[in-house]
Amino acid sequence: MNESHNLERQTQRLNQEFNIFPLGDSAATMDFGNTINKSLNSRVRNIGHWLRQHSLQGFKNVIEGYSSVSILYDPVILQRNYLFESTAFDFIRKKLEEAWKETIHDPIFEDGPLTRIPVCYDEEFGIDLNFIASEKHLSKEEIIRIHQSKSYHVYMIGFLPGFSYMADVDERLVIPRKKVPVTVSPGSVGIAGSQTGVYPISCPGGWQIIGRTPMALFDPSSENPVKLQAGDQVQFYSISRSEFEAASQ
Amino acid sequence: MALSIIKPGLLDTIQDMGRNHYGNLGINPGGPMDSYAAQVANLLVGNCCTEALIEIHFPGPQILFEQNAMIAVTGADFSPMLNDEAMPLWQPVVMRKNTVLHFPKLNAGARCYLSIHGGFCIPKWLNSYSTNLKAVVGGLEGRPLKKGDSLSPKESSIYFAGLLQEEKNIRTLPWRVDASKAYRLPNEIYIIKGREWDQVTRPSQLNLLDDNFTIHPSSDRMGYLLKGAPVELNHHIELISSAVSFGTLQLLPNGQLVILMADHQTAGGYPRIAHVVSAHLPKLAQLRTSDCLQFRLTSIEHAESLMLEQQKELQILLRACRDHLNKLVC
Repeated sequence: MNESHNLERQTQRLNQEFNIFPLGDSAATMDFGNTINKSLNSRVRNIGHWLRQHSLQGFKNVIEGYSSVSILYDPVILQRNYLFESTAFDFIRKKLEEAWKETIHDPIFEDGPLTRIPVCYDEEFGIDLNFIASEKHLSKEEIIRIHQSKSYHVYMIGFLPGFSYMADVDERLVIPRKKVPVTVSPGSVGIAGSQTGVYPISCPGGWQIIGRTPMALFDPSSENPVKLQAGDQVQFYSISRSEFEAASQ
Repeated sequence: MALSIIKPGLLDTIQDMGRNHYGNLGINPGGPMDSYAAQVANLLVGNCCTEALIEIHFPGPQILFEQNAMIAVTGADFSPMLNDEAMPLWQPVVMRKNTVLHFPKLNAGARCYLSIHGGFCIPKWLNSYSTNLKAVVGGLEGRPLKKGDSLSPKESSIYFAGLLQEEKNIRTLPWRVDASKAYRLPNEIYIIKGREWDQVTRPSQLNLLDDNFTIHPSSDRMGYLLKGAPVELNHHIELISSAVSFGTLQLLPNGQLVILMADHQTAGGYPRIAHVVSAHLPKLAQLRTSDCLQFRLTSIEHAESLMLEQQKELQILLRACRDHLNKLVC
């Protein structure tokens, strides 16, 4: 195929594959669609990684979602350092398109390491186990067994320091989030829709809580304060209440 | 130590211009609600804008200065007093040791900023002084200031006693900033369309630009909940999580709008209806519970030009303040 044909096809793919839009006057998002999909997530992480490697003066954050990547930037610093005619948004849009082009042949981001997370599904911790049991017509033991029966892909870290969005839970456990959030304890393991995750710190939360982990997924005193990364794999396993107490010392 | 908290205020936290580059770990940037007032506070005392300062809400704290110091207070008018003398806002002051700074009366605004020449000397977390209240880290031990806390500025070569007249304990320095432009038309907030603007029904779009919205009492540093006519969508949307920004107007399931503020989380899944332009975030940050606001739609070009204009002004102010300070101490 000749060069101009390639370019035409690339431009077509460009227009179909994603949308770039402002997230205010100091941020832009490149969105690949409203889907939770491992290969889209890998694409997004390749782009995020490239942007971090080729960071510009004025970049404040590069944030990957399930199937989107956003750049938060300072338009004034960009203006001061780089020549462009129209808006800082247009400049960033071109940067996002460049990142897409540069990573188009990158291999699917390899799955990260597997982390095994111990969970105590004790009644005191799994405050919504009864609710899920009655909604889904399962026993608590079945819920626990199903939750642990597969490993989950970490799609993104966000919302709170170290909060990992993992998916997909078995369809037997898919349950909507609460209409009204309640205060959750640190380490609470929850389910919302087809996602599962762990609240690393105390906060108001709408996910259905099934247990608690003594593992610190966020440790500000550490050089790497967040334990998990997008792309990691997670497997949950049961521990007893006494093991939980011992691990929490 | 240069100063200590005799009586804490409602919410006094150490901030700088925010903690960047860790958003992909869910670590939100934080920083000041009113970044204009915060920047001016620092430059009035000759600091660069990245120095640590204190964001103060009302009721404010009582602070004892145990050493001579140069400070400035900007932002909201909580009638700052040094002992029993009124202190000007938006203007630097040198004071003798054993002076108490306090804030007896709320006149206007929601948060003010206290800077000190040299910037507050505290350890950084992930390259920033900003306090992350949710994670309980950053700033001073990740928490609001409390009684007995002590802080010092970084070392300075300025001999403050030499700037004070013999019997006087306070000297107002002869340069100030006229901040009226940044807060002009305080209830008129410019927005640009968000990704989901077109999913809002036409009547709701018109209401959004016509109606008054009031700030709900449950508003805080994370977000302003707005009271007003419910906003409706053409069809129900379920979005997967993606990044959000300071000033994003999210639509909650019950039709209410929330404006994400300085302590907003890094990502969310609610529809993004619009975004407050950055140049208007300072005046938004000075609106209080029960204050009302009106939205006006503008373009991204206009939003960017407003930011540029504001920053140009701040650059000029920075140079002018440094010149004044140099002349003063020589």
